[in-house]
Amino acid sequence: MINEESVFYSRVLTETTLTFHIIYATLGVGVPLMIMIAQWVGIKKNDEHYILLARRWTRGFVITVAVGVVTGTAIGLQLSLLWPNFMELAGHIIALPLFMETFAFFFEAIFLGIYLYTWDRFENQKKHLLLLVPVAIGASFSAVFITIVNSFMNSPQGFDLVDGKLTNVNPLLAMFNPAMPTKVTHVVVTAYMTAAFVLASIAAFRMLTGSKHVYHKKALFFTMKLGLIFSIATAVIGDFSGKFLAEYQPEKLAAAEWHFETHGEAPLIMWGMLDENKDIKYAIQIPFALSILAHWLPSAVVTGLDQFPEDEIPPLYIHYLFDTMVTIGMGLVVLSLIYWIGVKRGWAFIHSKFFLVLSVLSGPLSMLAIEAGWWLAEVGRQPWILRGIMRTSEAATTNNQVDLMLMLFCGLYIILGIGTIVVMSRMFKRNPVEQELKDREMEKGGVQK
Amino acid sequence: MNLEIIGISVLWTFLFGYIMIGSIDFGASFFNAYSLIVEKQHILTKIIQRYLSPVWEVTNVFLVFFFVGIIGFFPKTAFYYGTTLLVPISIGVILLAVRGSYYAFETYGARGHKGYALLYGLSGLLLPASLSIVLTISEGGFITMENGAPVLDYWTLFTEPLTWAVVLLSVTAVLYISATFLTWYANQAGDTEATRLMRKYALLWAFPLIITAAGIIVELRGHNPDHYEKLMNLWWMFALSFILFLLTVWFLWKKRNYGSAFILLVIQFALAFFGYGISHYPYLLYPHLTLYDSFTNHAMAISLIVAFILGFCLLVPSLYLLLKLFLFNKQYVSGK
Repeated sequence: MINEESVFYSRVLTETTLTFHIIYATLGVGVPLMIMIAQWVGIKKNDEHYILLARRWTRGFVITVAVGVVTGTAIGLQLSLLWPNFMELAGHIIALPLFMETFAFFFEAIFLGIYLYTWDRFENQKKHLLLLVPVAIGASFSAVFITIVNSFMNSPQGFDLVDGKLTNVNPLLAMFNPAMPTKVTHVVVTAYMTAAFVLASIAAFRMLTGSKHVYHKKALFFTMKLGLIFSIATAVIGDFSGKFLAEYQPEKLAAAEWHFETHGEAPLIMWGMLDENKDIKYAIQIPFALSILAHWLPSAVVTGLDQFPEDEIPPLYIHYLFDTMVTIGMGLVVLSLIYWIGVKRGWAFIHSKFFLVLSVLSGPLSMLAIEAGWWLAEVGRQPWILRGIMRTSEAATTNNQVDLMLMLFCGLYIILGIGTIVVMSRMFKRNPVEQELKDREMEKGGVQK
Repeated sequence: MNLEIIGISVLWTFLFGYIMIGSIDFGASFFNAYSLIVEKQHILTKIIQRYLSPVWEVTNVFLVFFFVGIIGFFPKTAFYYGTTLLVPISIGVILLAVRGSYYAFETYGARGHKGYALLYGLSGLLLPASLSIVLTISEGGFITMENGAPVLDYWTLFTEPLTWAVVLLSVTAVLYISATFLTWYANQAGDTEATRLMRKYALLWAFPLIITAAGIIVELRGHNPDHYEKLMNLWWMFALSFILFLLTVWFLWKKRNYGSAFILLVIQFALAFFGYGISHYPYLLYPHLTLYDSFTNHAMAISLIVAFILGFCLLVPSLYLLLKLFLFNKQYVSGK
């Protein structure tokens, strides 16, 4: 029995929760690494500015983590509350990484607690830095395990279905499914990239609003450099993701690329529009690029949507999600590359207002790319919740109160979102970096510069 | 011992862990709010925040561990409990959000909003109440099958005395556990004023606790005679639990051995909680679901247990470090 209304509201509620949670989750995975690198650089160079950078980021980070714990618990429970039939099936096959994720998070939470409350309890800064290692590892492994579950939904394996009964379950084979390598690396590296650009945005914003302190310049250079490294890595992994899709989920790639007919020498289509005859208009076409993305070769044949029944094709608007993600990703590679070369060569241009505005935008834009990427991943898998095995409509709850819960949770997310912004901006406005640097010097009796 | 028993024992133990450290957390927030109203916050707030702030995220993971684990070991629970508990658990999540955001926005950010602290204290009572409903539902009689899908009958649930007995027990237990723990913690910190106050609260809630606990046994007899009978077969566990309870109260009364008093309390609750759990066997949900027909496949069960053992080896030293730094470190506890 399928309850159409419950299916619809369950989808909307899950989308809402994921869309909101992914902001905090991405920062939660990426920021600890940035803090760790900054504190390490600070200790190595004996530069108070980097230490302070780590300290101030930590303060903001704690708030995002606390909210992330709440939204993470929400999505964790909603999986069972909204998709009970899916979880009943998935529990048999892919419960292992879900279970491991709680350990990773346990580990992270414990050491984060210790790290936070021991800033000045260690004589040796390096010991304190060591506490951050399990935090960063725990955070990244949470992402790894959860993404493994998601990759399983895209390319399920490790079991046999005989007459609707599960047999031969192999939890490890299910974990190491074909989607897993590209998906996991993509998620983790983009989290690092996004964290770097979000922190770069903050530094650029402070410079734009008039602060001339060298602290912000160091922060911007530091984060832009990390952003450059991770955005290049993202592009490389993105290319492999394309090849994975072409092999294992061709309908997703074809729908994202509006590739209707199976043929070789396929061009990559960016943006554009579809008219009523499904003809593509106003698009940027890069010759052979889709064939190369899919199979390395310009002549390679790329499977089109004509190979799939009408009711197994994802919605075509995912094309725009794909384009948003790719355009932003490429744009940020260019932006951070120009900045990096500019600093090395002493270009005045990178200190201009215009460039600073672009840098401020880099954080929100990379977050937008993350959102577009997850929407692409989830909507692009439709109509399946477990590709080829279970449809989303079969997985949803039959409970009639989902619409009410949707409103409840929307209210919650609005309050949490506004709360985060208000509290963070208040926290940093009350205690600007210039002030904090002075205070710290006073505390140390002016021994260090 | 079979895999089903190992699985449920691990989960039940973690649930017990959540109930203990969660109760400390919930109760503390309530006492904090209450002391704001009666203008005694200078006595309590500092003690409470020194203990709670570093630990609350860890507390929450115990809960996550339980619900992820139960889906892993007993996937069919997702179908029965997932479908029916949408509203109660969603409300629980909202209450959790109140608590989480209090830490995020008040403790770590700018502190001091009174209304928020009151809301936070209130959530400390409402959350155990809303979560304890799940235990009541597991006794059966509230879930009916309609067109092959389980449906929760709210009217029967909320007019059933057992429901309210369980809610009352969860609230009194939270306050009693928390007050006893904080008595010891304040005493460790050398804060005589806070110790005196918390001791008073602990003694105050001891009597209601035992009354509500006895009330549940009476209500269960009418609601689920089968479970009641099995419970009675384990009478010695509950008798022992009661003796330990008396000892704890005696220590509190005599103002001595607060540490032992708390340890006795933990054992007291463990006996009662496991006595209840064992007598619930083999049902996860009367009469629809047992351990055996909801259990996962063999391969998954083995790999979950292996993962659990490995994870546990990682957790124990980390938890030990956390407790050592924040609970048993005299300097930190007393705020030096």
